[in-house]
Amino acid sequence: MPDILADLLLGIGILFTLAGSLGMLRFPDFYTRLHAAGVTETLGMIAIVTGLMLKTESSGTLVRLVFIGVFMLVTVPIASHALAKAARHGGVRPALREEE
Amino acid sequence: MARKIAFAGILGTLWILLSGHYSPLFVGLGVVSVALVTLMVHRMNRADGTRYELRVRWLAFGRYVLWLFVQIVRANVEVARLAFRPRLELSPRMVRVRALPRTELGRVIYGNSITLTPGTVTVHLDDEEVEVHALTRESAAALESGAMGRRVAELER
Amino acid sequence: MIAAAAVVLVVSMAMVLVRALRGPTLYDRILAANHMGSSAVLLIAVYGFFDGRPEFLDIALAYALINFIATIAVLKYFAYGDLGAAGVREERNDA
Repeated sequence: MPDILADLLLGIGILFTLAGSLGMLRFPDFYTRLHAAGVTETLGMIAIVTGLMLKTESSGTLVRLVFIGVFMLVTVPIASHALAKAARHGGVRPALREEE
Repeated sequence: MARKIAFAGILGTLWILLSGHYSPLFVGLGVVSVALVTLMVHRMNRADGTRYELRVRWLAFGRYVLWLFVQIVRANVEVARLAFRPRLELSPRMVRVRALPRTELGRVIYGNSITLTPGTVTVHLDDEEVEVHALTRESAAALESGAMGRRVAELER
Repeated sequence: MIAAAAVVLVVSMAMVLVRALRGPTLYDRILAANHMGSSAVLLIAVYGFFDGRPEFLDIALAYALINFIATIAVLKYFAYGDLGAAGVREERNDA
């Protein structure tokens, strides 16, 4: 049972990893690509890491996976924000579509 | 002093969790590392002097993390759908939202939560407002409803 | 499924590499590099399980740390031209 759940989570992780990379290729400008990168790094990462957690019996492995997951959840938004802010100060204009 | 002992305790726990070996050599190396890092942090604090405190209501924070997780999943599904669609249906925009949390820590939690949810990225954060780049009209509207800001403001004490 | 995850991660890293090569702005390239780093962390972890050696997780953990520091360091270098710079540039708030 945990094995099926683990495979399911890994499958979800695969799907969102692909979605993020596809978005990185397809989306039109830097800021929109930033959102795409976030997909891989949040749900894709969470799903893969929890999937791996269900596949292990060793507590040391579990602790490391928890650390990787929590650390990435804390640093990913900081890196994204730093990139967005640096890009704006660097003069990259977002392509906007404000009209309704 | 109590702070330093607590800090060294946290570092020591980290070492034990990551090492998994209990031979005298490894435990000894751990003690040396913990002492060295505590000393370094002590000296860095003397040079810097800024002190940050994590003053949040921890129980409410736990509930908030669960709520945030649900939001992250929803936003992920939304952005992933946009990425897989044959036609790109983006309506990127910049929005300014009033930052409801009053404390520095609250605003940092708020800004990070916004960025962590795909579809919205905090570009600028100051005392009054957050400036956010949103991927679609829906993600901007969800942010402007202020639900997240209110929840973060409730964590402050 | 673990093998599939490893393959997909490699494929997605290749896709991101295309973005890194195409640019067009410097920030696109940094974003792509950061994103490849995150994928590499996952790939190392997944490969460790594939190979039956979860000790690889230590490397993944170290890579996660370095990836974050590297992104911030590169951004700081391009903003200030100096990694040792202190202080904050004044804010320019053009609405």
